[in-house]
Amino acid sequence: MNIKHHLDEATLMSYAAGSMSQAMALVVACHLSMCTACRNRAHESEAIGGMLLDNLKPAPVGDDALAQVLACIDGLPELEAEPSGASLNTSLNNRASCEKAESFSSNNDQITSASSVPSPLDDYIGSSLEHIEWNRIVPGVHYHDLPCKTERGGVSRLLRIAPGKAMLPHSHDGNELTLILRGSFTDEVGRFTVGDIADLDNEIQHQPLVDSNEDCICLIATDAPLKFSTLLGKIVQPMTGF
Amino acid sequence: MRQAEAPKRWSDRLSDLAKTKDKALYIQLFKHFAPKVKAYIIRLGLVETTAEELMQETMLAVWRKAHLFNPSKAAASTWIFTLARNQSIDWMRKQKYPEYGLESWHEEPDDESDVCEQVVTSDRMAKVISQLPEDQAQVIYMSFYEGRSHSDISARLGVPLGSVKSRIRLASGKIKMMWSDDV
Ligand SMILES: [Zn+2]
Ligand SMILES: [Zn+2]
Repeated sequence: MNIKHHLDEATLMSYAAGSMSQAMALVVACHLSMCTACRNRAHESEAIGGMLLDNLKPAPVGDDALAQVLACIDGLPELEAEPSGASLNTSLNNRASCEKAESFSSNNDQITSASSVPSPLDDYIGSSLEHIEWNRIVPGVHYHDLPCKTERGGVSRLLRIAPGKAMLPHSHDGNELTLILRGSFTDEVGRFTVGDIADLDNEIQHQPLVDSNEDCICLIATDAPLKFSTLLGKIVQPMTGF
Repeated sequence: MRQAEAPKRWSDRLSDLAKTKDKALYIQLFKHFAPKVKAYIIRLGLVETTAEELMQETMLAVWRKAHLFNPSKAAASTWIFTLARNQSIDWMRKQKYPEYGLESWHEEPDDESDVCEQVVTSDRMAKVISQLPEDQAQVIYMSFYEGRSHSDISARLGVPLGSVKSRIRLASGKIKMMWSDDV
């Protein structure tokens, strides 16, 4: 993996704090799954949360809280202890990947296709990019909406853009996160290939153009409608749902 | 030196819990963390009864997932914070907060660079945050304690989104720099 475009520090902090929309958090979690460098930065940001927890004035808990939790524990089936140092289970709080690891060992199909879909996303679309139901916006541009909650009229979707096609030039009212899952595009910021994330806010106006000979598939989230800078863009905006 | 011992002790206890499944150890962890977890959830704006319930869910997850805790990546308080955060968000949104893990996605196995150079201990962070300028500490608190998005903070403080983000970047940069200076 040769990732050149990473998450903005403010975006990472928002993810760590749990203060970003589901839609944006999904894109962040997918990039973190693919990017060791940002994952280490995320651990540092989450440590701020740990510090805050440590410094909170404790709230009184119910008298029987401990007894209730202990009763639940006694009702739990015995969990097998993980072998120490198992590399799959070394990250923070990785319920998702742990469950994945279990299903991988029992299902070979998932192993072979796992490489195209980061695990936070396969909760929504399964483990392959091949079976997605696409809707057409205009020739060469397709989308698939995801059920993630957004802020202020944003979107949560996959986009599939054909070679040579460009998005309409636009700027943003809020934040926009775009993670490349297949193919590549180039815009005013630079060239984006698989694993790269475009983390943009309202200061930037851009027009992504697919610059290789395969369809570009990306995961995109916004937390406000885009602002199209051309008349054509303004006309098609109601149709595209951006 | 003396200060760093307390958080480390909790991290050691949590690692021991994973190995031993010792109830007495768990009870110590519960008594220390449950009231803090509940306080955090109340700060996020949830009512008492809900906070109590989510606190119990979080503490149950501490038991169930103790084997996933890795003391070389995080302090116990940080790991428990992420559990409490996820429980609360899942409840508020009725949707699972997207989590990341080490991936089968990588073609090549994860290399050495995935090892955090060092676990951030909270006492050190507390000192660092107290040294931040007021406007930077404020955005950190509004994010982590109140769960507010950057655009929400921008609206409440009446400052542009870009300024909120740059305050957070500045704060984060200072926190991480002071932290590494302090090693
Ligand atoms: Zn990255
Ligand atoms: Zn854009």
